[in-house]
Amino acid sequence: MKSIKKFDYYVLLEKITPLIAVICGLLVGAIVIILIGENPVFVYKTLFSYAIGNRDGWGNVLFRATPLIFTGLAVAFAFRCGLFNIGGEGQVYIGSFLAAWVGFTFTNFPAFILIPLCILAAACGGALWAAVPGILKAKMGVHEVIITIMMNWIAASLSFYLALVYKAPATEAMIAAGVKQMIPHTKEIAQAARLPRLYTILNSINIDFPAHNQVNVSFFIAIGVAILAYYILWKTNLGYEIRAVGYNPLAAEYGGISVAKNIVLAMIISGAFAGLVGTNEVMGYKYRWRQEILSGLGFNGIAVALLGKNHPLGVVLAAILFGILNYGGAIVNIYTKGRIPRELIMVLQAVIVIFVVISDEVVKRLIRQRRKVV
Amino acid sequence: MSEFALEMKNITKRFPLVLANDKVDFSVYKGEIHALVGENGAGKSTLMSILYGLYQADSGKIFINGEKVNIANPNVAINLKIGMVHQHFMLVPPLTVTENIILGMEPKKNNILIDMEKAIIRVEELSESMGFKIDPKAKIENISVGIQQRVEIIKVLYRGAEILVMDEPTAVLTPQEVEELFEILKSLKKQGKTIIFITHKLNEVKALSDRVTVMRKGKVVGIKDTKDTNQEEIASMMVGRKVIFEIEKKPINFGKTALKVEKLKALNNKGLTAVKNISFEIKEGEILGFAGVEGNGQTELVEVITGLRPASSGKIFLYDKDITNYSPRNIREDKIAHIPEDRRRRGIISNYTVAENLILGSHYRSPFNKGLALNFTAINNHANNLIKDFDIRPSDKDNLLKSLSGGNQQKVIVARELYGEPKLLIAAQPTRGLDVGSIEFVHQQILNERDKGKAILLISADLEEILSLSDRIAVIYEGEIVDVLDPKKTDENEIGLLMTGSTTNKKLLKTK
Repeated sequence: MKSIKKFDYYVLLEKITPLIAVICGLLVGAIVIILIGENPVFVYKTLFSYAIGNRDGWGNVLFRATPLIFTGLAVAFAFRCGLFNIGGEGQVYIGSFLAAWVGFTFTNFPAFILIPLCILAAACGGALWAAVPGILKAKMGVHEVIITIMMNWIAASLSFYLALVYKAPATEAMIAAGVKQMIPHTKEIAQAARLPRLYTILNSINIDFPAHNQVNVSFFIAIGVAILAYYILWKTNLGYEIRAVGYNPLAAEYGGISVAKNIVLAMIISGAFAGLVGTNEVMGYKYRWRQEILSGLGFNGIAVALLGKNHPLGVVLAAILFGILNYGGAIVNIYTKGRIPRELIMVLQAVIVIFVVISDEVVKRLIRQRRKVV
Repeated sequence: MSEFALEMKNITKRFPLVLANDKVDFSVYKGEIHALVGENGAGKSTLMSILYGLYQADSGKIFINGEKVNIANPNVAINLKIGMVHQHFMLVPPLTVTENIILGMEPKKNNILIDMEKAIIRVEELSESMGFKIDPKAKIENISVGIQQRVEIIKVLYRGAEILVMDEPTAVLTPQEVEELFEILKSLKKQGKTIIFITHKLNEVKALSDRVTVMRKGKVVGIKDTKDTNQEEIASMMVGRKVIFEIEKKPINFGKTALKVEKLKALNNKGLTAVKNISFEIKEGEILGFAGVEGNGQTELVEVITGLRPASSGKIFLYDKDITNYSPRNIREDKIAHIPEDRRRRGIISNYTVAENLILGSHYRSPFNKGLALNFTAINNHANNLIKDFDIRPSDKDNLLKSLSGGNQQKVIVARELYGEPKLLIAAQPTRGLDVGSIEFVHQQILNERDKGKAILLISADLEEILSLSDRIAVIYEGEIVDVLDPKKTDENEIGLLMTGSTTNKKLLKTK
């Protein structure tokens, strides 16, 4: 029985590798900060106290975490089926655009219809975009990585073109000055398509929360989707099949599971998760579609999924950590008058991800070595 | 024969989960063939890995020719003239025989160029010293498994080995190749080499070795002169209880035809015809054994019947129902059970738990699935029942399958496939790599199904298994059934010849 305890200890170690990686990442970050000539203790203290030391900070963190939860879940879900969906970027563009399009087209619909419709549009847009590589993989065996990358470029160009087709009209000030609308973003979505900001809800129940804070109801949608992802993967027949295909497609086929069907389904669900980024960025934040607010979210989702070990709970925690670093980093940048560049945060995130990969591998080898019973 | 080539004294090696070697004493005389036997996990491979420097013992001493040595890594072992022929060959397929043999120890011309001529001469010398010829310029990918093994043997001799460790060398060979290997090993013995021979197969111990060391659960449980012992004694030492060798088959009246295959044709992964016009029938209560060297269409045949590979022509009937090119799911629903030949690749999902593996194939049906969600109460009950009935160890349904031994993994597969009263059981290589106890168990299960009146298609590379279980034996060669034999009227020799395509030899044999 003693030996079993020891075994569990290693399983635990395997589970907390991301934590070790985060600590290592912060240590490397500290070295970089010292090299810049700043005090790492001060920098980290500022970063964390502003990010999570008060409600406003938390709001900002969760606002930044929300889209990463969606894209992180997208990557994690596909990965459970053995698929590497790096097309989150394109799925985000298309899903968000479709949400915006519904939002500024059906302007006379009431909120209780328009909001669900916009959410559905966001999911469908992402799903549609991910279905293409899914079908190509399932039917023709084309590698999903190639197709998803290509689909990213198509999505970027297509959505940008569509943004110009549905370009926002010039404002009164512009008309008065005689200039045209130059910003490539779409018209605003209807009031009825907008998700409430959290401050409206919190203030109504007498909790003090600043009105400029952009965190909105989309965060709860993200949490709901994380729970849904967990439920599908571990509690349903579909999840059993998807994970079986991911672990061992030959055994899945032998067990009467259609590998092709599950690849397509996993990609569709993954794409739908990514598309839901539109609920935060379009329906909760800018109220219109603009490429720059979306760019990079799909790719960061890969890092979030990796750090979260492809588990929904891990993804949520990893996204929140990235939210803390992003927001805290911006604050540090301002407080040090630009001496600590925002890019330091990107370095920090990258180092953490590298450490996750390394510590994962190290622990795996440790376990293999210990378990070796020949 | 009184001098020790090798002495390992009081070797202890502990892994976190298991005591792999517990105060093991193992000694081998110079110039003897010494068999090392034991079930999987008995500690044989650990002991040999310590000898070869792959592991370090926690305590104990090793003496080579009476001198104490410290084997820190395989290079030290090679310098001490210890050579290892692994079960899975370590050869580079696109390179030639000679290139593989000299790899890492190339003879040089002017210290720069490889002296290939010298190398070839050396390779020919070595092969002739063992009484066979080998083409030094043949590419590894173009030669048979048996010849590849000879290349491995020459490789260790080229490195100057005096002590050869052979890790289950016969597992991949045909009966004829086994005999040839034994001749080679005997000629090496005549040259004064010392050979340690790891095996499961007790008839080989008897045929080849001078002495035998038996291990069980990390301990040495017996050292015998081979001539003073017998298979039964060795087997009971290995398992720790008496083993029934003779399989008792009750006489049985066959029922209706359960499976009928008509002029079946199918392609392999390379697009070549692997199954050529195969026709046969299996009746209720009958075991039809397919004997053949691996790669002669057995894999493809099973895959076609189970829906994993399309038939290019021909028909398959289960009773009167045409099931040709049905999906694997439909075929399972028609109650064909399948124990796949490649356990790890096909049969299990090693990252799934025992409980999850036990529902593979029926996971979408009641009672395991209700509406959209899995019914964990039913899944767990099912798992606990089968774990008890089939004595799966450890008996925790939540263990990942990869943490189970090969024998217990196979029990999981057998339990899953036999559940739900299949009409036809297809068992491909059902006991490959299993230890004596598990083999006995699997054989018993197969016979139970037969006695219940099920039709059984058995495919095995192990002729003893085929001979002892089958009611009829079909010999398959290059995708065709070359003969169907009665197991009571044939022997390993005849089957072995048919398996290698020597139909003419068979006629010779019969006229003798």
